[in-house]
Amino acid sequence: MRNPDGKTPSPGPEDPAANRARGGAASRPPDRSSDFGATARRTTALVTRRRGLFAGVLATGALGVGLTVAGPVLLGRATDLVVSGSFDDAGNGIDFGAVARMVAYAAAVYLAAGLCGVLQARMATVAVQGAAERLRRDVEAKLARIPLGYLDRTHRGEIISRVTNDIDNLAQCVQQVLSQLVVSVLTIVGVVAVMFWVSWLLALIALLTVPLSVLAVAWIGRRSQPEFTRQWQHTGRLNAHVEEMYTGHSLVKAFGREEQSQAVFDAENERLYEASRRAQEVSGLVQPLMMFLGNLNYVLVAAVGGLRVASGALTVGDVQAFIQYSRQFSQPLGMLAGMLGMVQSGIASAERVFELLDAPDQAPDPAEPARAPAGLGRVAFEDVSFRYVLDTPLIEGLSLVAEPGHTVAIVGPTGAGKTTLVNLLMRFYEVTGGRITLDEVDIAAMSRADLRSRIGMVLQDTWLFGGTIAQNIAYGAAHATRDQVVEAAKAAHADRFIRTLPDGYDTVIDDEGGSGISAGEKQLLTIARAFMTDPTILVLDEATSSVDTRTEVLIQQAMTRLRQDRTAFVIAHRLSTIRDADTIVVMAGGAIVEQGSHEQLVGAGGVYSRLYAAQFADAAAEVDRRAVN
Amino acid sequence: MLIRLVRAHLAPYRRSVAVIAVLQLAQTAATLYLPNLNADIIDSGIAHGDHGYIVRVGTVMVAVALVQLVCSYLAVRIGARVAMALGRDLRRSVFARVQAFSVREMARFGAPSLITRTTNDVQQVQMLVLLTLTLMVSAPIMCVGGIVLAVEQDAPLSIALVVLAPVLGIAIGAILRGLAPLSNAMQRSIDSVNRVMREQITGLRVIRAFVKENHESRRFAAANTELTDVSVRVGRLMALMFPAVMTIVNVASAAVLWFGAKRVDSGDMTIGALTAFISYLLQLLMAAVMATYMLLWIPRAEVCAGRIVEVLDTESSVAPPARPVRGLARRGHVEMRGVGFHYPGAETGVLDGITLSAGPGQTTAVIGGTGSGKSTLLSLIPRLSDATAGTVFVGGVDVRDLDPGLLSRTVGYVPQRPYLFSGTIASNLRYGAPDATDEDLWRALETAQARDFVEALGDGLDARIDQGGTNVSGGQRQRLAIARALVGRPDVYLFDDSFSALDYATDARLRAALAAETAEAAVIVVAQRVGTIRDADRIVVLDAGRIVGAGTHPELLRGNDTYREIVLSQLTEAEAA
Repeated sequence: MRNPDGKTPSPGPEDPAANRARGGAASRPPDRSSDFGATARRTTALVTRRRGLFAGVLATGALGVGLTVAGPVLLGRATDLVVSGSFDDAGNGIDFGAVARMVAYAAAVYLAAGLCGVLQARMATVAVQGAAERLRRDVEAKLARIPLGYLDRTHRGEIISRVTNDIDNLAQCVQQVLSQLVVSVLTIVGVVAVMFWVSWLLALIALLTVPLSVLAVAWIGRRSQPEFTRQWQHTGRLNAHVEEMYTGHSLVKAFGREEQSQAVFDAENERLYEASRRAQEVSGLVQPLMMFLGNLNYVLVAAVGGLRVASGALTVGDVQAFIQYSRQFSQPLGMLAGMLGMVQSGIASAERVFELLDAPDQAPDPAEPARAPAGLGRVAFEDVSFRYVLDTPLIEGLSLVAEPGHTVAIVGPTGAGKTTLVNLLMRFYEVTGGRITLDEVDIAAMSRADLRSRIGMVLQDTWLFGGTIAQNIAYGAAHATRDQVVEAAKAAHADRFIRTLPDGYDTVIDDEGGSGISAGEKQLLTIARAFMTDPTILVLDEATSSVDTRTEVLIQQAMTRLRQDRTAFVIAHRLSTIRDADTIVVMAGGAIVEQGSHEQLVGAGGVYSRLYAAQFADAAAEVDRRAVN
Repeated sequence: MLIRLVRAHLAPYRRSVAVIAVLQLAQTAATLYLPNLNADIIDSGIAHGDHGYIVRVGTVMVAVALVQLVCSYLAVRIGARVAMALGRDLRRSVFARVQAFSVREMARFGAPSLITRTTNDVQQVQMLVLLTLTLMVSAPIMCVGGIVLAVEQDAPLSIALVVLAPVLGIAIGAILRGLAPLSNAMQRSIDSVNRVMREQITGLRVIRAFVKENHESRRFAAANTELTDVSVRVGRLMALMFPAVMTIVNVASAAVLWFGAKRVDSGDMTIGALTAFISYLLQLLMAAVMATYMLLWIPRAEVCAGRIVEVLDTESSVAPPARPVRGLARRGHVEMRGVGFHYPGAETGVLDGITLSAGPGQTTAVIGGTGSGKSTLLSLIPRLSDATAGTVFVGGVDVRDLDPGLLSRTVGYVPQRPYLFSGTIASNLRYGAPDATDEDLWRALETAQARDFVEALGDGLDARIDQGGTNVSGGQRQRLAIARALVGRPDVYLFDDSFSALDYATDARLRAALAAETAEAAVIVVAQRVGTIRDADRIVVLDAGRIVGAGTHPELLRGNDTYREIVLSQLTEAEAA
């Protein structure tokens, strides 16, 4: 969530606001329909990926529909038998044997249709849920490939909303749509076929309303789609505000800003309400309209059918079956149209998910990655440059060598580029000039996994995942025993506070600090985590700034032990923690201004000596004097 | 839960709901009337070959269909309005409730769960209400109406319905009974997928640094597969629903035809009545299918409603005062008397028997090891939490009686983690004092040693700040957080280790500037560095939640072992000697 050096490259094309706007309405391509089509095709491809399964869905669907359509035909025959029997002047009455046969056939056909329906729905479920699983997996896999810069520049609540709200909505919509779509479409086709078979005239009348329906749906759809897009955009924005306010909850309280925060929430909430309401109001017109067209159909069939029977062209049974068909026909048509809202809502969400999936990846690892020899750990920055925006370099022509086993301390004022160095070494960001080598191998030629597995690091911002304390400590070492975990905790001086927690090492924690763990304690846990791995290179990024001084001294001793035989980069504001470093690098404005040991630099009378003097003349030296007195 | 929640929140829209019910009634009546007219056409029109009658009745049918259209569209419109308003109100209630939470309730639920509850869970309930108001209201009406009209057409044949209804009921009931526990499992699986995903987004750097992408993928895959498995099981059960209902009703229509034929044969029933009867049966089928459509949403919405109600029913442990005190007895005073704090269920308290006081112009420093309770102690003053024992006074008034607005204006708080909100530098600085002028802001920035870098930014006060302040460095963030507290000119300043990310030179300059600014205020500083607090009027040494020493720097150096140990630890042996 942060830039490599934690600061804004002065506003430019890479400005976060501009980037964020890419997710907004302003940046959407003007041609909504082509966008819609592409997204719809992509979603369909996702669902129909398992061809065999999907063929099964279609086959059972077709069979089921065929049977469902056959039912009324048989019942119509039965009706005819009843009619001819009751109007039979010969007085033979109704042929109940034949009626019974027809009715039994119909019942059997309906049962078989039901069976097909069950099979079809079961297969559809597997297809849809498989697709949803795959989409979630794709998004998760994307997180492993996405450049850090993308996440750093995007609102966290916004991304989370895409991953949770939008995928959830998409899965629900696809599930709903697919379970009805296949049956609806096939039913319509089947019913139309049979209707033509029975009476082409009534069939044409029934079909009269179809173009009307299509026009109506298209007209409404054009108006409702933007509303659905807005609905999910506002959901994302509302989520972003909620996420931010819940994260900064204690500040909202301390500054008495509940009312203002609520006001912002209310405004965004109102916009979400407006968009959702309009989306539903507009798309909600479809269902009644389709019902009306269906009823119109019904009336026409009844009237025209009645006239045809009167003129002797049709039997009453035919009309009865036809009325049933026109119901069977308009019902799936109505359902199909009623899905409009679902489809549009799902597509609006799918677009937001695909947008995340389509963000450019970081450069892939080389096909045949170079491997640095194991266990040495000589790191060299050779004329390294880095910039976000082309005209504002953050690091310029920086060269620096860390010999194996040496400790390099990096100091300098805020904004000097210290954290950027670490980000480049870890390849969180790639250099834009020069190269960094590990034991003479360009790290850009190595695989990221290989490189990072050689580096143990404690980051400025701690991160704990939901799990027990023991699991968090053992994060870098999969098969660690409890004894090893306790040992690491003791080395990081976290053991004492862990034992004061209700469940000790089995206390469940998460990154929100759910168990009353302080920032300093979190830091101790992340230090213990670094102890668990056995890296060649160590990076301590202001690692001890939140730990109290008493603990820090103990950590220093442990760190010194840990640093033995390892190359270490230490970034610290407190000069006291780095006095024993082999090399101290003083940075300013993205370049190295001084380099040498503590004694050398103090003697040189440059920036470092001034920093040191300021620190001790102003504070510690006096403490020192009083302590002696 | 669901019914309770929805009923409570639908109360303001009672009139609209009544209108929807009437419209749906009219709409359903119109729908049901159509087969009746159709029976007329067959019996009176077709049987007698009366063309004029057929056209007349046909016209009436079109009119009825139009009424149906208008009524159902109005119902949908009002229904959408009410359902979305209900969703809006629910989100608002949840958000307002969470805002009232203290740190403790926040920790109990966890931010990710609260975020899901505010948006996603409400969405599920809103969807169900929408479906209910726009589609479902008509289902029971349709069922009852269909039954009444069917009975009217032919009472004896309606016995078939008496058989049909319980069969349908049992089938649907059995499926729903199976769905309920699965829906619960499903919502929990969604939660865990969301949780893992959120963790991966926030912890991306650590995951990459430890090369744990594969591990995380497996962890995610486990949660993902679990969700898929539950969803498939839910889907399979749901798959029974529509075919079961369709089959039952269709087979019933075959049976009706059979028995109807008998009755037509015996002259008890007309053909038209039989046709109409079957039409009504199909209406019932429609209603049943619609009902099942909604019923499938119920189990999940029920779970979501439970999660929402859980938030709404949780009282904040920091309750606003019943009769707030709107004036301070003594300005610039903070006092704690016998204050203790412990988490429910924890073995030992975080704080115990803390008594201290600070007056205007005095700086009180709190020093102690990590986990000694320093931050908790500070958090009791702006009431981020309430003490579980003893009393905290600000300006001579128990903080629990103080008007919350007055309290937040009186206390300026700089947290340990300097969180900034997305916006601009100015919007962040005006956070506690919306009316501050630009001069006020620059002055605060100057005191906080932040003027230079803000001026260096192209946009100055209008420079963008990203969420959390992640686009400025840790040190800049801290200085902006300090400036933010300064802008409001509070009577009491609380600095929670607020200088840790600053280099020594900046730290020293900042403290010198602060001293002038805070001359009239009580200042409480939590710090790690002795240099930062050396000049404090009083230093309180905290160890494991208790005060183990208090006094000035020289006093403590002489008389307090814990303090001496801390001081010496900050200097190398050579310098201390």
